[in-house]
Amino acid sequence: MDRKQILEEVNEIFIDTLDDDEIVIKEGSSADDIEDWDSLTHIQLVVATEKAFSIRFTSKEIQSWQNVGEMINCIISK
Amino acid sequence: MKEIKSFSKLKKNIKKDFSGFSKVKLAILGDSATQFLNQAFKGQGYDDKLDLDIWESEFNQIDRQILDPNSDLYSYAPDIIVIFKSSHKLLSKYNKSTVLSRSEFSNDVLENISDLLSNINSRLNSKIILFNFNEIDDSILGGLANQVESSFLYQLRKLNYELMLLSSRESNLFLCDLSSIQNLLGKSNFFQPSIYINTEMVLSLDALPHIAKRTIQIISSLNGRQKKCLILDLDNTMWGGVIGDDGIENIQIGGLGIGKAFTEFQYWVKKLSKRGIILAVCSKNTESIAKTPFENHPEMVIRLEDIAVFVANWENKADNIRTIQSILNIGFDSMVFLDDNPFERNMVRTNLSEVCVPELPEDPADYLEYIYGLNLFETSNYSYEDNKRTKQYQTEAKRVAVKKRFANEDEFLSSLDMVSEIEPFNTFNTPRVSQLSQRSNQFNLRTIRYSEADIKSISESTTHESFTFTLKDKFGENGLICVIILETKSDEDLFIDTWFMSCRVLKRGMENFVLNQIVTFAKKYNFKNVIGEYIKTPKNELVINHYSDLGFKKNGDKWFLDVKSYQNKKTFIKINNNG
Repeated sequence: MDRKQILEEVNEIFIDTLDDDEIVIKEGSSADDIEDWDSLTHIQLVVATEKAFSIRFTSKEIQSWQNVGEMINCIISK
Repeated sequence: MKEIKSFSKLKKNIKKDFSGFSKVKLAILGDSATQFLNQAFKGQGYDDKLDLDIWESEFNQIDRQILDPNSDLYSYAPDIIVIFKSSHKLLSKYNKSTVLSRSEFSNDVLENISDLLSNINSRLNSKIILFNFNEIDDSILGGLANQVESSFLYQLRKLNYELMLLSSRESNLFLCDLSSIQNLLGKSNFFQPSIYINTEMVLSLDALPHIAKRTIQIISSLNGRQKKCLILDLDNTMWGGVIGDDGIENIQIGGLGIGKAFTEFQYWVKKLSKRGIILAVCSKNTESIAKTPFENHPEMVIRLEDIAVFVANWENKADNIRTIQSILNIGFDSMVFLDDNPFERNMVRTNLSEVCVPELPEDPADYLEYIYGLNLFETSNYSYEDNKRTKQYQTEAKRVAVKKRFANEDEFLSSLDMVSEIEPFNTFNTPRVSQLSQRSNQFNLRTIRYSEADIKSISESTTHESFTFTLKDKFGENGLICVIILETKSDEDLFIDTWFMSCRVLKRGMENFVLNQIVTFAKKYNFKNVIGEYIKTPKNELVINHYSDLGFKKNGDKWFLDVKSYQNKKTFIKINNNG
């Protein structure tokens, strides 16, 4: 799966988890850009992403991402 | 049947329309982060038609909120308080305790919990749901932890046991069994360490819907929504095979084929019946053939005497369940229907949406585990009396069957050979009178509740006259089913202070019979008026026209009956004078 496909899939996860069809994420999107992406929904996003890609993030990784791009780096590294 | 939903689905429920649902004020007190739990409760409430108004205390404020009389908890005054003390916090407390004190660890925690409960009880009438402790084995002693009293595992398990004892004593305390939910899901699904380390949340997102479901089930049952009746299909549900085709010697139950699955299922059904769940059969079969395994198969666990209503015919099951409902006179929403056939399940689901119809798994071997997981029969009370119910409903089923044969009501009533015994309050009937007084809601004109002590003082009062009525007919005893208390207001006026009756004996002409007795008494002591009163409650709509139906005339908010002109009403009930 290439970066673009991963981004698309992560976008779907954002749409479903935050219950907002309008969300379009980019590599540079951060919690500041997306309404409803807060510390609480972050946990939901983490768990939904883990399920979708059948991976587990470490507790350090969960905290580390500044934006969507870094999250995707992390998914690719798995 | 709704399966367990994902947390994100539950969360989506929160935006839906809750109007028309029962409102419940709920407080959540936790020593870990509970925001997700809050959302899961709210969302699960939607699926169970509960509009939860939730107040959540700030993180780790259990003691402060409960011990401070001026806290937000007390000003919120919830109907229900959920207290969630987590095993992780328990463990960290244990870790910090001195080695010598560890054998007493669970006692100290229990003392704290008891103290919290008594503080709540002194200020609120709330029901309390306490989560028990899911197990954590810190593996300091390996398997030996089981026999070393000071080990964490030992103390945690002891605490769970002590909580069971505590909740059996405290009538407003209910346990949400977190420990068994962790058993069901496995610890690795129940708890996600990476999330815990980041957030102080000790429940995984996958565990939340299970916990919410269990908690809401407790709340629903406290709100009077309990399943009362289990309706069973027969072929391939109660036994393997088709009785009409295979015959009694070839159906699978007990030793034959996969009979073990059905035997164990039947034991489960039997236990339900013993705890007061009414059993009914609804089967497409010829009745006489359908009954043969119950009568003659040596390995059947369930017998005909366990079944209150047995319906086997070739009509559609939705109609048959309507018949069962009319005989038992309980709500469709208190019924569970188990059938292996997807067509029948859909049929019932489509026509009777309130009946709970679980999707039974295809393989009968999976029936029990699946049903255990659903926890269909949550309840908030239990008494040994419950298991007498089947007999009473069987009798009622016979009456209904006989009634169908009579062209008119009078003929039917007179065929019942009804006899009533009338007695004043005495030491023998006082407990039953008091119990009925607490429980009668529908046929209760003034809904004044009397304790045993009240009943005793009424029986000694010179201005009060009491009557109790039993009713027996050719099908069986109904026991003490009606209570009247008359109060002398003046030389002329006799006031009906209390008139309540068990709904079991509706439509038997009992009202006429009772009024005849009241007026007979009034005549004997030269009263001019018998005066009645109806006090409206949310539950006694049934008797709103009671006094006008009986010929009383309204004056102000009271009802008057002229004693002199009263003609005895027609009744088919005879008085038993012999006692």
